[in-house]
Amino acid sequence: MFTAIFGSFEAGIIYAIMALGVYLSFRILDFPDLTVDGSFVTGAAISAVMIANGTNPFLATIMALFAGFAAGCLTGLLHTFGKINNLLSGILMMIALYSINLRIMGRSNIPLLNIDTAFTKISGIFEKTGIDSFFNSFFTMVGLGDSLPETWGILIFMIIVTFVIKFLTDLFLKTEIGLAVRATGDNKRMIRSLSANTNLLVVLGLGLSNALVAFSGALIAQQGGFADVGMGIGMIVIGLASVIIGEALFGTKTIARTTLAVIGGSIIYRIVVTLALRVDFLDPGDMKLITALIVILALTAPKTIEGIKERKRKALKRSERLNIAQTSGPVKGDNHVTIKSDS
Amino acid sequence: MLQLNQIHKIFNEGTPDEKIAIDHVNLTLKPGDFVTVIGSNGAGKSTLMNIISGVLIPDVGEVNIGGKNVTNMSEFKRSKMIGRVFQDPMAGTAPSMTIEENLAMAYSRNKMRTLRQGVTKKRRDYFREVLESLHLGLENRLSAKVGLLSGGERQALSLLMATFTEPSILLLDEHTAALDPSRAELITNLTREIVDKYKLTTLMVTHNMQQAIDLGNRLIMMDKGQIILEVNKEEKKQLTIESLLMEFKRIRGVQMASDRAVLS
Repeated sequence: MFTAIFGSFEAGIIYAIMALGVYLSFRILDFPDLTVDGSFVTGAAISAVMIANGTNPFLATIMALFAGFAAGCLTGLLHTFGKINNLLSGILMMIALYSINLRIMGRSNIPLLNIDTAFTKISGIFEKTGIDSFFNSFFTMVGLGDSLPETWGILIFMIIVTFVIKFLTDLFLKTEIGLAVRATGDNKRMIRSLSANTNLLVVLGLGLSNALVAFSGALIAQQGGFADVGMGIGMIVIGLASVIIGEALFGTKTIARTTLAVIGGSIIYRIVVTLALRVDFLDPGDMKLITALIVILALTAPKTIEGIKERKRKALKRSERLNIAQTSGPVKGDNHVTIKSDS
Repeated sequence: MLQLNQIHKIFNEGTPDEKIAIDHVNLTLKPGDFVTVIGSNGAGKSTLMNIISGVLIPDVGEVNIGGKNVTNMSEFKRSKMIGRVFQDPMAGTAPSMTIEENLAMAYSRNKMRTLRQGVTKKRRDYFREVLESLHLGLENRLSAKVGLLSGGERQALSLLMATFTEPSILLLDEHTAALDPSRAELITNLTREIVDKYKLTTLMVTHNMQQAIDLGNRLIMMDKGQIILEVNKEEKKQLTIESLLMEFKRIRGVQMASDRAVLS
């Protein structure tokens, strides 16, 4: 159980980077960008091929970031300069990327076993520092000794990386360019009248969004030990699930709060899926169905709960008003009578 | 400052819906001119605005701003020089962003947008100062989301955002039409104050004849894509709604068609 939760926490924090990318396109730009399904694999493919060919895994991961940026920019160009509907331009790019990803990989699956990835390097460094043994002895003490993870390095490293990306995103969205990107999603006409090139801003925003998605894909490939051409299917829905769950649970008051919520949403989504898959009659193939159900639930539940609360509140108010009317009614009547007799 | 030469624009050319929106219009605004534009629906007032701001490109003719030919310049480049307030209070601001963020976007209108922070302490002080000139107390709500403001407050903010960078041209497109009378009056007064303060060259479209008479130093009347009447500074002082309607009837031989224009 602990291992399962630990694993989903670790995966959740890596997928959180992808979810931040989806947040950029879906919420900030108001652009439901399906490129994500393709660019996630592009990131995984590029890093896997480069690592398998002996490139430094950190460099390979950074290259994935640039590839994602390029893919996102192309979707943006299709939409702005090609004047293609936003959903359709994402779908076109996603389909095109499927073939491109196959070309990059040369076959449909590249295993990364027994090769140095970013994570084997990190956990190697951590082993030397003794942090692993410290954590593990702590958890043995509290009685979880039988199911300890091999390394804490990946988790701690990924928490640092994800939060650095979160803070950079927060910072960027407050710069002059960042403000213009946000306004592009909020009120295009207004920001154009304030001398901003909305076409360029859409391209930039989608580029950044997909850069994060591909970066996340590269890391997931290294964590899982393979890149597969089908690993991106339904990725946009997972991203949306993370964004929606996070926003519903942790709120959206400020940008910093929302990006934190998205990370939280990604982790919670992973934990929910892991727990759901432990139920006997469900198998891994049902994961997409579970994802869809989670998203449907996250979209409908808040409204339903709000509706029930509202009805209760109104019923309470009504009964209060009725009480006041009943108690004050006769008094009014008395006054009326006295006034009448006076005249 | 603004010069329109022989502007001609046809919508749906070559179809049964063909409509001449602007019919060879010439108009020159000297620096500091405040011109009000009236006319019934479909007279071409908004089309004229859209041609000046670059949303539409004229079929024939030339638009010059500050002596520069901008006829084919894209909207976003041109808007460095043009401040604009729309009729819809929702159109001029970004609702999910704060007051100071909205002002920051307007502040960088005529500058290159960079990766510097949009709202700095120095800018915030400046924003507070310019917001005080609206007398709405918005200077104390800098970090409130604009979506929470009322229509009048939003329109006042839009007006400020369009003007405080002192653009060469200010375009007001029926910017008080969607507000209740008291708010409309407030915005009208603010408009007068702000245009005076920055000495802006202004073109204002309105359906409200009284407003058109009260504000500005020149008035033009449009009908069917043409400018049919131009009133200069001296004549404008004696102008009344009745005399305007009479003038229209004399020129066109028919009653002015817009109920809205007559009633307001």
